[in-house]
Amino acid sequence: MGNYLLIDFGSTFTKLCAINTEAEDLLGTASDFTTVDSDISIGYHKALNKLFKEIGNTIEFDQVIACSSAAGGLKMAAIGLVEELTVEAAKRVCLGAGAKVDLILSHHINKSEVKKIIEKKIDIILLAGGADGGNTECVLFNAEILGKMGIKIPIIFAGNKSVQDEIQDVFTKYEMDGYICDNVMPKINVLYIDSARDKIRDIFLKKIIEAKGIKRIENEIDQVILPTPNAVLEAAKLLSEGYLNESGYGDLVVVDIGGATTDMYSICNSTRRSDVLIHGLEEPFAKRTVEGDLGMRYSAPGIIKSLTKQEVEYINMEKEVDIEKEVNLRFNNVKSLPQNVHDEFIDQFLAEMCAYRAMHRHCGRIEEVFTPMGVVYNQIGKDLTEIKYIIGTGGVVINSKKQTKILARTTNILHNKAELRPSRPNLMVDQSYIMASMGLLSQKEPLIALKILKKYIKKIR
Amino acid sequence: MKTIVIGVIGADVHAVGNKIIEYTLINAGYNVVNIGVLSSQEDFINAAIETDANLILVSSLYGHGEIDCRGMREKCIESGIENILLYVGGNIVVGKQDFSHVKKIFLDMGFNRVFPPGTPIDNAMADIQEDLGE
Repeated sequence: MGNYLLIDFGSTFTKLCAINTEAEDLLGTASDFTTVDSDISIGYHKALNKLFKEIGNTIEFDQVIACSSAAGGLKMAAIGLVEELTVEAAKRVCLGAGAKVDLILSHHINKSEVKKIIEKKIDIILLAGGADGGNTECVLFNAEILGKMGIKIPIIFAGNKSVQDEIQDVFTKYEMDGYICDNVMPKINVLYIDSARDKIRDIFLKKIIEAKGIKRIENEIDQVILPTPNAVLEAAKLLSEGYLNESGYGDLVVVDIGGATTDMYSICNSTRRSDVLIHGLEEPFAKRTVEGDLGMRYSAPGIIKSLTKQEVEYINMEKEVDIEKEVNLRFNNVKSLPQNVHDEFIDQFLAEMCAYRAMHRHCGRIEEVFTPMGVVYNQIGKDLTEIKYIIGTGGVVINSKKQTKILARTTNILHNKAELRPSRPNLMVDQSYIMASMGLLSQKEPLIALKILKKYIKKIR
Repeated sequence: MKTIVIGVIGADVHAVGNKIIEYTLINAGYNVVNIGVLSSQEDFINAAIETDANLILVSSLYGHGEIDCRGMREKCIESGIENILLYVGGNIVVGKQDFSHVKKIFLDMGFNRVFPPGTPIDNAMADIQEDLGE
């Protein structure tokens, strides 16, 4: 098909990646600051000029496709009934679709919670509740209050199928922008992602792009097809599973440490063991978690907030720094890049903390239960102990001089038996920063995207 | 169709009886939500809320039923399903204690029916049908 230009409009950087499908190879990559506040095309053109300079000449592109997490990404509210069941299911669907879940609501929602949806400038609401044939009263109440309060943003209903008609009536009655999908939890502990996720992507494509200032360069690009995290998830899945004759890497984890969030992706089944009992809501094969309080710039203060005063003092004493001052400096100047050895040292430390804590929240737990029939193992979440590859991405990982140390923080360094962290993975880095771009390309040319991923994602130098 | 949540409570892994109960209740025409072994009180209650269940049927076969079931009615009340029927059955206490005494303990805890060791589910069916109004 010729030359593709793949664009990732990130919160901080606009990253470009040019590939040629006949050569099945990268032509070049370039990036510049995202300029969504003024005119997004300024940053895009700066990056494009850099790209042409790198390639050596101006080339024509047959297709230009983009993913975006600019202007705060895709912000969603997940509403369900019980926290551990439909609320959790709704949350996982949002994350799997590449959204940020800025609001999580359960049971009967109240007026002040509905007001928060407006205050937080939520883009899409996912309304769930009730297994099929189960509770109907709560979702109807919630749909009704959303309607009464005049909510006009897109609402996806993915709850108990028995009330789909009544929900549709509420949508019609209040002239809401409502959509009906299959239940995210049709049976207790069974997760069904696909229907609601596809609808989220669909709405993102048709409506959200416009609101995020990307409409301005619509005539220069063919399509914005995915939220960026969703593109990374697609790339991770492709690299794990393979395509046609091109084999994949098997079970893997991707760690993406960014300025505002730390995203963690795992592509594997819940467990390979036959001697454990799995508890709780079913885990997705391709799972994404996002830590909104762990990041290198916007969210740097969050890293320290989760520590006790004593822990902060210990860090200051051991590392001979003032860590609170350092995170505030980064928070107040989100575009800052390390200028000297000291800055690099602090960034390295923060990245290690992000990797450690993000895995702590992503991986499953196992406990030994002593029963009259002997010891049994009870597992909640995903068992990542047998993961073969951990792939690091994001500016801080790519530019670190000690990449191994950051990625090793996701393994079980403290030998905590209860945490199902990876035990002996191979550590890899997305050194050319192409994962999101290849996720995009995988939607059109999966085989070529896979070959490029395998070529450019390298074992740590 | 009436919905019944079943499972085995606490650190108890007796799975066979649980399957027999599921099979029998499905054949009797109920919508059965089986949350399986090693289930906590919260697991039962959460499943009952999401499925709008009419009855929670708790099994316990390893003798620790009294500890595992304590406070369950109170949690149902807090969770807004105060009127749900609660049954318990199996080897719910250790050893061969006087069953009338055991029954009283569980009735005082807020269970609607308490079944002695060795009760086949078929024998409990009349009670289920009576309580669920069928």
